[in-house]
Amino acid sequence: MRRSLLGRFWPNAVAVLLFVFFVFPVYWMATTAFKPDIDIISKTPDFIPFHGTFAHFDKAVHAAGFWELVRNSFTVALGAVLLSLAIALLASFALARMRFRGRKAFVLVVMVAQMAPWEVMTISVYMIVRDQDQLNSLIPLTLFYMMMVLPFTIWTLRGFIAAVPKELEESALVDGCTRTQAFIRVVFPLLAPGLMATSLFGFITAWNEFPLVLILNKQSGQTLPLWLTQFQTNFGDDWGATMAASTLFTIPVVIVFLILQRKAVGGLTAGAVKG
Amino acid sequence: MGAQSTGTATEPRPPSASTPPTPPPPAGRKRSAGGLAARGAPYLLILPALVATAALLAYPLLRNLVISFQNLNAFQLIQHTTEWTGFGNYTDQLTSSVFWHTTFRSVLFTAANVALIMATGTLVGLLLNRLGKRMRLFLSLALILAWAMPMVAGTTVYQWLFDSQYGVVNWGLAKLGWHSMAGFNWFGGQFSTFSVITLMIVWQSVPFVALNLYAGLTTIAAELFEAARMDGATAWRTFRSVTFPILKPFFLSTAFLEIIWVFKAFTQVYALNAGGPAGTTQTLPVYAFVEGVGNQHYGVGAAISTLTILILLALMSYYFRIILKQEDDL
Repeated sequence: MRRSLLGRFWPNAVAVLLFVFFVFPVYWMATTAFKPDIDIISKTPDFIPFHGTFAHFDKAVHAAGFWELVRNSFTVALGAVLLSLAIALLASFALARMRFRGRKAFVLVVMVAQMAPWEVMTISVYMIVRDQDQLNSLIPLTLFYMMMVLPFTIWTLRGFIAAVPKELEESALVDGCTRTQAFIRVVFPLLAPGLMATSLFGFITAWNEFPLVLILNKQSGQTLPLWLTQFQTNFGDDWGATMAASTLFTIPVVIVFLILQRKAVGGLTAGAVKG
Repeated sequence: MGAQSTGTATEPRPPSASTPPTPPPPAGRKRSAGGLAARGAPYLLILPALVATAALLAYPLLRNLVISFQNLNAFQLIQHTTEWTGFGNYTDQLTSSVFWHTTFRSVLFTAANVALIMATGTLVGLLLNRLGKRMRLFLSLALILAWAMPMVAGTTVYQWLFDSQYGVVNWGLAKLGWHSMAGFNWFGGQFSTFSVITLMIVWQSVPFVALNLYAGLTTIAAELFEAARMDGATAWRTFRSVTFPILKPFFLSTAFLEIIWVFKAFTQVYALNAGGPAGTTQTLPVYAFVEGVGNQHYGVGAAISTLTILILLALMSYYFRIILKQEDDL
């Protein structure tokens, strides 16, 4: 049964409109970043920039302390991810391969921790960090970001470990490996893709985090999100440079996301539609 | 979130949630061979995670509760003195009209956003299912781009899109004949600020719902839709009688996730206009932050936080009831 011409036409027309709606802000960010000021501050917007310029990127990259911010952001995000991977590997192995009393309770703790309302916990975190004399430092930031991504990391790794056939591990045991050796030599290499995906997601979360750094590191140890929200104030309405900075901040995330989206969607729905 | 980013605050779902649960342990004898060490092993393995959770999550939550019973302002903070006020901060808040206005605003804001997200997300997901292969890829790419966009970068872009003088939105509206919109200051009023925030949150959140719904739709057997068409069901009837009942767990859990995410949304609201103008777009998390950190009434801020957390807990317990019903392989 063939659908009528109209029936075939409208879904595509709506799809094109939706495409424009979802892409336009991203497109506008990128093109504004490349436009010379004359085209940005003009009464009629220039939709297709013909004479691009790197001046705004130049300005953003040479802003005071830019590279320190980049370094801080990478340090905090990588530190958080590596720490949480180390802790999560142990816990998720126990969850995937062992039965023990209190297992269900632990699973519940992980699920609740995943939904922790960090946005409204900033005051007490501030007090704790202040008591330890650690304001404006990267250490508490790394630790709390680690905690933000830990539950997700445990839960996802649990799935990846459970997916490795138990027989592989058992045959290693038969061949004379200890349980630790079997894990390191057999399970761990098979986990590589899972570790990769999980840590990249954790990285994005830590890379984007804003409320905690806003309250903890007012003077130094700032990260890119904090800098970006203050960009406009610092640079006066320089939209070209603001968009260039936003683009630079977004690029790593978009790259990671494009690589991972298949896993994200598949993984998220695998459980959700089991019904 | 999120990959919410949603943000990216993604739901903790393992890719292999559908794999069969680990078989029950071989009873008794084999286990006892390892003895005490083997029985202690799982606890040793989860210990670091438990310690981290206790120190970095449970303790801050507890501390928040403790602070909420204190009179803790800039003065007490510098002097390092502790003044207890009992339920003072709570009675102040629960009898203040500002608190109730903010709560009401938060609820309304959440309801409007989630309704828009779910409706749009569902329609886009259904559309994805109907499109040809190439068109679907084309639209998915746009959705992923919007999904991946970090919240903070999103707010700067929306500020630029809605800039009063050179913003492309005002230009477009004026061009379409709405001349009074030229030079309109979107961030000068409560409703217009909320409109921009809502548009931004919907833009960021729809991809999550749409792409996941599409993934769910592909698992429904085509025969069911075929049968519905044979029976002459309209598109709406097919959705109501086939799609929705089958994907009900998906709709329920996604709606609740969105409710929780929007209700506690801080970055979008704060970074876009800091709850302004004059605090008229403060939602509960922003109100707690502005009172606690901005005005340095830490005790009051902590009390507002605790009340917000209580509301979130009520929402979450419902969410977990849904989730736990679905998950038997925990």
